[in-house]
Amino acid sequence: MTEQTATPKSFEPVPTAPPRSQWADVWRQFRRHKGALFGGGFLVFITLAVLVGPYLWTVDPQKLNIRFKDIRPIYTALWDGDAKVNWAHPLGSDNLGRDILANLLSGGRASMAVGWAAMLISVVIGTVIGVVAGFFKRLDGLFMRFTDLVLSLPILPLLLVAVTLFRQPLRKNFGPETGMFILIVAIIGITSWMQTARIVRGEVLALKEREFILAARSIGTKPFKIITRHLLPNVLSPIMVSATLGLATAIITESALSFLGVGFPSDFPTWGKLLSDAVPRMEEFPERVVLPGLMISLTVLSVNYIGDGLRDALDPRIRGR
Amino acid sequence: MKFQSLTVGSVLALSMATMGQAERGSDGHVNVIYWQAPSILNPYLSAGTKDVEASSLVIEPLGRYDQDGALVPYLVDEIPTVANGGVSEDLTSITWKLKEGLKWSDGTPVTSADVKFTADYCMHPEGGCAQASFFDGVVSVEAIDELTTKVTFNQPKPNPYGPFMGGQSPILQAAQFADCLGAKAPECTEANFNPIGTGPFRVTDFRPNDVIQMEANPHYRDAAKPAFATLTLKGGGDAAAAGRAVMETGEFDYAWNLQLAPDVIAKMAEGGKGKPIAAFGSLVERLEMNLTDPSPELDADTRSTTKAPHPILSDLKVRKALSMAIDRELLVEVGYGQAGRPTCNLVPAPKVFASPNTDCMTQDIEGAKALLEEAGWTDTDGDGVRDKDGKKLALLYQTSTNAVRQDFQALIKQWWSEIGVETELRNIDASVFFGGDPGSPDTFQKFYADVEMYANNFNGTDPQQYLAAYRCGGEPKPESQWQGENINRFCDPAYDALIDKLANTGDLNERGKIGIQMNEMLTKDTYTIVPLVDRGRVSAHSNTLGGVVLNTWDSELWNAADWHRTE
Repeated sequence: MTEQTATPKSFEPVPTAPPRSQWADVWRQFRRHKGALFGGGFLVFITLAVLVGPYLWTVDPQKLNIRFKDIRPIYTALWDGDAKVNWAHPLGSDNLGRDILANLLSGGRASMAVGWAAMLISVVIGTVIGVVAGFFKRLDGLFMRFTDLVLSLPILPLLLVAVTLFRQPLRKNFGPETGMFILIVAIIGITSWMQTARIVRGEVLALKEREFILAARSIGTKPFKIITRHLLPNVLSPIMVSATLGLATAIITESALSFLGVGFPSDFPTWGKLLSDAVPRMEEFPERVVLPGLMISLTVLSVNYIGDGLRDALDPRIRGR
Repeated sequence: MKFQSLTVGSVLALSMATMGQAERGSDGHVNVIYWQAPSILNPYLSAGTKDVEASSLVIEPLGRYDQDGALVPYLVDEIPTVANGGVSEDLTSITWKLKEGLKWSDGTPVTSADVKFTADYCMHPEGGCAQASFFDGVVSVEAIDELTTKVTFNQPKPNPYGPFMGGQSPILQAAQFADCLGAKAPECTEANFNPIGTGPFRVTDFRPNDVIQMEANPHYRDAAKPAFATLTLKGGGDAAAAGRAVMETGEFDYAWNLQLAPDVIAKMAEGGKGKPIAAFGSLVERLEMNLTDPSPELDADTRSTTKAPHPILSDLKVRKALSMAIDRELLVEVGYGQAGRPTCNLVPAPKVFASPNTDCMTQDIEGAKALLEEAGWTDTDGDGVRDKDGKKLALLYQTSTNAVRQDFQALIKQWWSEIGVETELRNIDASVFFGGDPGSPDTFQKFYADVEMYANNFNGTDPQQYLAAYRCGGEPKPESQWQGENINRFCDPAYDALIDKLANTGDLNERGKIGIQMNEMLTKDTYTIVPLVDRGRVSAHSNTLGGVVLNTWDSELWNAADWHRTE
C-alpha cells in the first residue's frame, strides 16, 4: 500500500515555488519593458515634483520682480559667459521677472490635474458606452447614434456657450480657479470620449462571438460578470492607448482654452499657458518654450510607454515569453 | 540712413506706380489681417474699432480726417465751412452737398434721403445707437433737394462735423435699412452683414468673427480705383501671429494694430517681408472704473446699471488709491517702448486740448495705503487684504486677450496687492469683448467687472463728441440694448453743463480750456478713468503694398482705394 502511494510521488515534482498571483506575473512582465519602467519612474517623479515641489521651492510663481526680468537659466552660463544668470532663478525668469521654476512646478499641478481628471472622465464614459453598445444589441443603434451626434458637435462654440452659461454660478460657488477647473475638466471630459467608445465597441463586438464568451454564457454567467471578467481585461489595451492620448489632448485643450481667454485667469500658470505666453519671444528665450514643452511631451510620452508596457503585461499570450 | 533711403525709394515707387496704373482691379488680390475679427459691418451697432474700420471699406462718411487730422471731402465736393457758406454764421446749421452722380454699389443713386435716413436711424429713440454722441445736439436733418442736406443743431456748434464725418458716422442706404429702425436694428442681419455702400469695395461673403471677402465696387466714383480687384479681410488670431504673417512670412499685406512688446516687433521686422509703421494720435490705454454694481447676484435689469451704485468704487478715495499705486513709466517700458508714453489724461492730443496734468506720474504706494485707511478700509483679519464691514477689498479686473495687456494686468495686480487690494484677473477674446453683442455677458459695454482696461481714441482733432460720451444717461443699459458710450456710468450735472458749454463755444483756445477742465473732471478730480499710456498706433504692411498712409485720426483703412501693388 505504501509502495503504491509512494510511486506516483516520485514521478510528480513537488511545487517548491509559492503559487504566483496573476498580478505578480503582470508586474514581472511589466518590469521587462524598459520604456514602461522609465515612463513610470518619470511619471512618479513629475507627480511628486508638482505635488511636493512648491513646498521645497517656495518662490511665489506670481511674484513679479521687474529688476530681475529676462534672466537666463543657469546652464546658459556654460557656453555664454555674458548671459544674465542668477542662482535665485535657476531656470531663469520671464519678461516680468516671474520665476520660471516656480511657474513650472505650480503650472504642472494645474495641467496634470486637468489632464488626469478629464482623461478619467472621458475614459469612463467612453468605456461604459462602448461596452454597453457592443454587448447589448438593442442599445447599440441608440448609443452609437448618440456618439455620432456628440462627435459632430463643434467643441469650441459648445465651450463658449458652456462658459457663458456656467461660469458665473461656478465662480460664485467655488471661486474663480476651482470653478474654472470643474468647468474645463467636465467639458473636455464629455467632449472627448467618443473615440474610446467607438474603439471599445468594435473590440467588444468581435470578442463576444468568441468561444470563451460562449463558454461563459453556457455555464450561466451573468452579463455583468462576463463584461467585468472577460471583456474588460481584453479591451484594456485600446482603452489604455486612448487614455494616454486623452491625457495629452486634455493638457493641450486646456492651454488652447486659456489662450482664448475662457480658461483660467491669466495669472494662473499652467504648462499650456507658459508655452503660449513664451511663443512671441521664442527666438531669444528658447528655454521658456522648451521647458514647459518638454514637460508636456515627457509626461505624455511616459504615459504612452506605461500604456504600452501594461498592454504587454496584461496580454497572457505575450506574458511569460 | 538705410531706413530713410528705403522710405524715399518706396515713396518714389509709389508715385510712379500710381501714374502707371489706371485700371480698376489691375493689381489682383490684397490680404488684410485684423487680429480682432469684425463681427458686424454696421458701426452704428458696434463701437468696436475693428467693426468701424472693416465697415469703412464698404460704407463711407461724407468726409474723413487725414493723417494730420485735416478734413478731406469724400462724398461731397467740399467740406462746408463758414467761409464757403456751408456753415451758417450763427454756427447752428451745416449744409452738405453730395457729389453729383454718386452711386451705391447696387447701382442706385445716392441722395440726400440716404443722409437724412442715416440720422433717423441713429437718433431713433428706441434704438441703441453706438455712435449717438456724434448726433449730440442735432435738432433736425432735412433733405433740401436731391443732393443737399441741412443739419440743424439746438445751439451754435463751433465744431459741426459730428454727424456724417469720420469712420464712425458713415452713410447707410435708406432702401436697405428702411425696416431696421429702432429696436429692430440688431435683427436686420442681412443688412448689417452686407451693407450696400459707396466705398471702394463691396462684400461678397461675410462670416462674422472670421473672414470677409470683398470685391472692387463696380460703381466706385473713381473709375481707376481701387487697384485691387478683390480683398480678403481675415479676422481673429492674435497680434503676434498677424505681425508675423506680414513681416516674417509675407502671407498678408497689412496687419492692423500690432499691440506687441517693443522687442517682439523689432525681432519680427528682421524678417524683411514687411515693415512696421507708427503714428501717435489720441489713443489712450486706460483703466475704466465701474461706478455701478456688477455683482452677479443682482438681476439682469439692475446689474451694472445706475440703479445700483458700486459698493467699493463709488468712493473717490479708493479709485484714487488704485491710480496712485501704478507705476506708469514701468508699464510703458514693459509694454510699448518707443510706441508709448505715460499719461494722466484722457485727451493727450492735440496740444490745445491736452491738459498739463501730471498728477499720477509718480507711483506712491504709501500714499495709496494711507488713502485707503482714511476711507475706512483696514486689514482687520491680517490676511493681507483690506476689508470694511465684513466686505473684502476685492476687484475683478478684465480686459481683452493680448500679451501686453496680460503683462499689464499682472503688474497692476502686483501693485494693488501691495496696497492690500485683492484682484482677480480675467481676459476675454477681443472679438467678443469689443463685439458689442447685447446677448453676451462679456462685452466691455456690459462691464460685468469692477475694473476694465482697453484703449480708445477719437476720430478727428476735436474731442467734443468723445467727451460728450460721458453724459448722464448715455450709459449702456438694458433699455438701449446695452449700447452707449458712457462705459463708467459716470453722471455729474456739472459735467453735462460743460458739455453744453463746449458745444456753444467757438474760440479754439476757450474750447481748449473747457476740454481740459472736462478731461480733468474725469481723470484727476474723480479718477473715473485712470489713463495709463498714450499709445502710438503700430501697424505693419508688406514691402509690396503701396499707398498705405497710417491714420490715427480716422479708420486705418481710410485710403484703401489708393492702395496698390509695388514691385
